[in-house]
Amino acid sequence: MTALTRHRLFWPAAVLVVLLVSNLFFAPRFFSITVQDGHLYGSLIDVLRSSAPLVLVALGMTVVIATGGIDLSVGSVMAIAGAVACLMIGDLPDQGSVGGVLLAVGAAIALAVVLGLWNGVLVSVIGIQPIIATLILMVAGRGIAQLLTSGQIINVSSPPFRVIGAGYFLALPVSVLIAAAVVAIAVLLTRRSALGVLVEAVGASPTASRLAGIRARGLTIMAYVFAAVCAAVAGLIFSSNVASADSNAAGNLIELDAILAVVIGGTALTGGRFSLAGSVLGAVLISALDITTYTIGIPAETTLLFKAVVVVVLCLSQSAAFRAVVFRRRTAGAPA
Amino acid sequence: MTERTVLEMTGIRKTFPGVVALDGVDFRLFPGEVHALMGENGAGKSTLIKVLTGVYGIDSGEIRLAGEPVRFAGPLQAQQAGVSTVYQEVNLCANLSVAENIFIGREPRRLGSIRWGEMRKRAAKLLAGLDLDLDVAAPLSSYSLAIQQMVAIARAIDISAKVLILDEPTSSLDASEVRRLFDVMRRLKDDGVAILFVSHFLDQVYEVADRMTVLRNGRLIGEHRTAELPQMQLVTKMIGKELTVLDRLDDEARTAAAPGEPVVTAKGLGRAGAIQPFDLTIRAGEIVGLAGLLGSGRTEVARLLYGADRADTGHLEVGGEPVTFRAPRTAMRHGIAFSSENRRTEGIIGELTVRENIVLALQAARGWSRPVPRRRQDELVAKYVKALDIRPADPETPVRNLSGGNQQKVLLARWLITEPRLLIVDEPTRGIDVGAKAEIQKLLVGLAGDGMAVLFVSAELEEVLRLSHKIEVLRDRRLVEEIENTGGVDADRIMQTIASGANG
Repeated sequence: MTALTRHRLFWPAAVLVVLLVSNLFFAPRFFSITVQDGHLYGSLIDVLRSSAPLVLVALGMTVVIATGGIDLSVGSVMAIAGAVACLMIGDLPDQGSVGGVLLAVGAAIALAVVLGLWNGVLVSVIGIQPIIATLILMVAGRGIAQLLTSGQIINVSSPPFRVIGAGYFLALPVSVLIAAAVVAIAVLLTRRSALGVLVEAVGASPTASRLAGIRARGLTIMAYVFAAVCAAVAGLIFSSNVASADSNAAGNLIELDAILAVVIGGTALTGGRFSLAGSVLGAVLISALDITTYTIGIPAETTLLFKAVVVVVLCLSQSAAFRAVVFRRRTAGAPA
Repeated sequence: MTERTVLEMTGIRKTFPGVVALDGVDFRLFPGEVHALMGENGAGKSTLIKVLTGVYGIDSGEIRLAGEPVRFAGPLQAQQAGVSTVYQEVNLCANLSVAENIFIGREPRRLGSIRWGEMRKRAAKLLAGLDLDLDVAAPLSSYSLAIQQMVAIARAIDISAKVLILDEPTSSLDASEVRRLFDVMRRLKDDGVAILFVSHFLDQVYEVADRMTVLRNGRLIGEHRTAELPQMQLVTKMIGKELTVLDRLDDEARTAAAPGEPVVTAKGLGRAGAIQPFDLTIRAGEIVGLAGLLGSGRTEVARLLYGADRADTGHLEVGGEPVTFRAPRTAMRHGIAFSSENRRTEGIIGELTVRENIVLALQAARGWSRPVPRRRQDELVAKYVKALDIRPADPETPVRNLSGGNQQKVLLARWLITEPRLLIVDEPTRGIDVGAKAEIQKLLVGLAGDGMAVLFVSAELEEVLRLSHKIEVLRDRRLVEEIENTGGVDADRIMQTIASGANG
């Protein structure tokens, strides 16, 4: 039992379960999953579906944070990706053309690569502090998105584009499958290659890493590019789901949720050791929290407060010192 | 002893998952004595200190301070009760001023605001008591490590006057600074302060300590008066067996002198503000020692040869080819390895495991896309954990949980698996115990015997003399003389060169 509670993901997992179960009192059918038209429906599926964009953004954020940085521009990148895709699709003679949609999606992601390079170069080549470097794109990026869409919400009615955010494949939401695929790729890429450990080394000790011959610059740039691409995919899912590009709403304040998800997942903001699984758990937890506030009928004006309270409880539950006080037992200190 | 103890620890037991760090250890400290805590790396010295200062809790046993049972919840509480510690690595804030560092957390205040003038005045007075004349408003980082250490001691002295713990305080000081520190220690001793002193320099222990407690593998071996325990006997107690390695080394080092082709040749290599242009040739199978005082440019030479700093004059040849090192990576590609003197900040990566740390340089050389296969990693790591006797032997332990000597071995292992042509080791034996020190020295001699070129940097002249075929003497950031280490050379000869600056 202690081995279980000592696991660093035990407490966030426990809070997630408590959250989900608490929905039962307000919505008895919360855990039921039904099949309609060959698609799975149910509140749990909704939790997963609504968490897909945040999972993606948190994934990229994890890697950036592991290098010792932070990326505030992810929300803006989401908005830009959505705007570019919808603009290009809107210009298609036939919005139902699969090729045209793929081209639009490809363009959005290619642009994200450029934006990621921008962040990465500012941080690792020019040496601007990450929080400032990415703040530039955070502010400017939303402006670019609004410029692209001339400040309007651009609506599209493209069935192939709809699939990304609202479609189903093998009875599961496509957005969830995309997120799962990116998670799988990220895990394989970081843990099967040496990327993971090298990034951790750079984040934990830049000086020691340099003397060990690690090229931190390339790794850091890759991390920011990865974060931007993840954000772009999230932006496409978001924009496809609402069939429009809304440069103000897309990814608004998502960077904060993403950072929170990473922290809940046990990755320290100071860089070094990171856990992708933890961040995914954190992102799902935050989405579940959002859905729970609706289910249990928390008045809209107090939603944020409720969320804050849960986050505080969660963070306290992760603190060994706090648990020691609550459970009135002395925890043996680990070697520092 | 009829005197009352200021501190008494009895039956202290402390375990970490999988390790018994302390097992029924007794320890006593009397007012007005310098008491040395002796033992190899991993013997439990650091744990005992951390238990005493409340960094760790204890599983069983009792701590009495001036007869009263105490249990500190943390270093702060220990400090308030009169137990202060100065750790091996300076634990101060380099970006704050000297005065701020001394008074941090207990600044003189009036109505909640800090009285800066008063603080500076008191800091200057305190330092004057240690014969230090510093600009207390200057950032701590503008002073040498040695001075920073003194500031840490000044802070500790000012906080508490009962028990002062000095954990390896001399490891980064040069001879004159050590003298100064000892004067301070003696003065404090006369004032009735009990000083717990940890050092790996046996000569220093014998010079300053009144009594000593010896630990081995977490157990108490004995408590002795320094005067009644000859050095050789102490070493035997510490390592639990007779120490003969060092005697044998002398012969080996001498006979192995058969240098081959030049591996690295520096011509007029230099860097403004760091080291004057110097010529240096290091041959295969040769150990070249760098001798000089602290700050004489030893580390700077090593860093230039590795490309850790960029040279702005002169040129460098590796294996006869001219090269320019823009970054350590380039040097690595040419078969040069460098183990920094700053183990904690420039060497190991604490949160990564022993395995990850050992494989790191090899992995960096291969790039991220070609991971070292896990099975090969395990093989390499197992081989070096065994060969260097790294403890604990579990390769999945985070390296920060290892003792200093074992961390040093992990660093050496990291470089050895890259199979370098030239191994540069900066202070590899600093702050580690006799046993591990002898092992590392033996290892270096063995490597040179197998044809590796070694550049050996150490503040300890005896060590440089014992290992090196050739000694480069540095003074005031200038390489002043190259001495072939044949029979007639001794420490006095080198000291003379350092002192006179003769350019021979």
